[in-house]
Amino acid sequence: MLEWRRRREPSALMLLASPLIAIGLTILIGMIVFTAMGYDGFHAVESIFLTPFLEPQRWGDIGVKGAPLVMIALGLAIGFRANVWNIGAEGQYVMGAIAGTGVALLTYDMTGWWILPAMMLAGILGGMAWAAIPAFLRVKLQVSEILTSLMLTYVAVQFLYFLVRGPWKDPGGFNFPQTRMFTADQTLPTVLEGTLVHLGIPAALALAVIAWLLMEKTTAGYAIKVVGLAPAAARHGGFSAARTTWATMLASGALAGLAGLFEAAGPFGQLTPQFPVGYGFTAIIVAFLGRLNPLGIVFGGIVLAGTYVGGEIAQSTVRLPQAATGLFQATLLFMLLATDVLVRWRIGWKRRVV
Amino acid sequence: MTSAMLVSILMTLIAASTPLLLAALGELVAEKAGVLNLGVEGMMLCGAVAGFAVAFSTGSTGIGLVAAAFAGVAASMIFAVLALSLMANQVATGLALTIFGIGASSLIGAGFVGRTITRLQPVFPAALSEHPILRLVFGHDILVYLSLALVAGVGWFLRRTRPGLILRAVGENDASAHAIGYPVIAIRYAAVAFGGALAGLGGAYFSLALTPMWADRLTAGRGWIALALVVFSAWKPGRLLLGAYLFGAVMTLELQAKAAGVTWLAPEVLAMAPYLATIAVLTMMSLGRKTGRLDAPACLGKPFSAS
Repeated sequence: MLEWRRRREPSALMLLASPLIAIGLTILIGMIVFTAMGYDGFHAVESIFLTPFLEPQRWGDIGVKGAPLVMIALGLAIGFRANVWNIGAEGQYVMGAIAGTGVALLTYDMTGWWILPAMMLAGILGGMAWAAIPAFLRVKLQVSEILTSLMLTYVAVQFLYFLVRGPWKDPGGFNFPQTRMFTADQTLPTVLEGTLVHLGIPAALALAVIAWLLMEKTTAGYAIKVVGLAPAAARHGGFSAARTTWATMLASGALAGLAGLFEAAGPFGQLTPQFPVGYGFTAIIVAFLGRLNPLGIVFGGIVLAGTYVGGEIAQSTVRLPQAATGLFQATLLFMLLATDVLVRWRIGWKRRVV
Repeated sequence: MTSAMLVSILMTLIAASTPLLLAALGELVAEKAGVLNLGVEGMMLCGAVAGFAVAFSTGSTGIGLVAAAFAGVAASMIFAVLALSLMANQVATGLALTIFGIGASSLIGAGFVGRTITRLQPVFPAALSEHPILRLVFGHDILVYLSLALVAGVGWFLRRTRPGLILRAVGENDASAHAIGYPVIAIRYAAVAFGGALAGLGGAYFSLALTPMWADRLTAGRGWIALALVVFSAWKPGRLLLGAYLFGAVMTLELQAKAAGVTWLAPEVLAMAPYLATIAVLTMMSLGRKTGRLDAPACLGKPFSAS
């Protein structure tokens, strides 16, 4: 009979191979399920996992979708490392966009280079403020940050609806529930002429490198990992769990808020009720696909962004509904979690006990 | 306020509370066995869509309910294989289950958007169920009575029966339970399946009783509120009943205010109410209990392996 045997050391090979095995299994399951549902499963999978990466004109789209995913996932991963489960990044992303848009509406009649940086700062602070609530409740009152951060997402989304339907509604917008379009000084510059590739994409890559240096080369990063792996040892070593919770929650709130501002001032150019697109939740998958490692997260962000772009392609090529993208992403996370077992365990034949 | 109006408001309250009660009761049992399944929202959505699709195709809400329970169990088994057999992180696996439920319900439900069915009918004959006052007792559908019976049943099971004691032992000290010879993993599988069945039924309450029409993301985060209710209840079925009806009241207030055309409060602010109330309740719970999470089963969320 087959049995699991615990490895003495986590397998370095499997650490890198398991995400690839997970992607392979997701592709296989996707093909089978969508064929069974009456779609062209082979071409669906090809459209979602291959076409976006083979056609250079799609790379810009992958960057645009990937940048917010990478930024949010970087923050989440740092928290997950310390056992801080901020799963309300979507709310922090929305609040960051709202705060940044507030600055945009205040500076509507002004011009100047400083406007966009001011919006970014507001976005960061907005996300941090929203993350500070679950951080405070967890540190002071032991209230689960999982539930509070998630509840606050629903509150943030309703607040966005309230603003775009009420006080922030564009007076010249034919009664559509949306804010004014941002001005040139309030919009992210594109870094590649003739594409959608905006400032947020190099920013996300730079932030990934900074996060990697922080986690691997500094005492603070070491403290975060120790608090997550061995809370008791961390206490003896003088690393405070409360301080770690604050730091990781605020950092992930800041990154989600900045990502929200980049979306508002980039691809959206205004706030609309369509703004909450679920990046905050998809980023959880990105974080795990990247093995909670900042550089791995860049890879994870590219793969998940590819599934968004590919999902749109599959809509037109094999008429796969948009919801299928979400199903693919969930399957990928299931497979990642399943193959993770290979890092710590080996499959072997059970020895017969005589 | 006339008594008929009061009865009508209470009827709404009971209807709004029932899906929360069902889903939270299932999660309570799973957590008592030491399993934290954050996929309640996903399992509810699977139940909601399966219940609706089957009720629409067969014309029978009864068969729809059975299908919903099975869909909830099926979804919970994905979680169980990953979290119990493969020892995956329970928080992440539960989240994955919710993302899966959102995607699956949206995909399957796409063909049913806007379709209507005959909603779940009261159990008792019209003479009783439509009486202006008596309908408060006799005017409900099967799931309302089932949810109340299950609260009593689960309470009795956990406190008074031997299997209930074993289930609690598995949640409090899995290593000891294993040493005595109880099949920890099998018991946890059963508890998760029970949670899945009730979450499926809770979800189906949305699509078969509350709004007999399919709409995307019908459950609107109620699964998360059910999870918070388990914390609120301190893992006691009686307090869970109280909590679910308290939240039903908050949601009824929201509906009543909308119906009464309250204008000084924006509808979006009213829609925030249940989520803000959840945070407030969780906070008050902690204020009243300085010991933090002492009430939680000791092995909640921790993976178990025999070797």
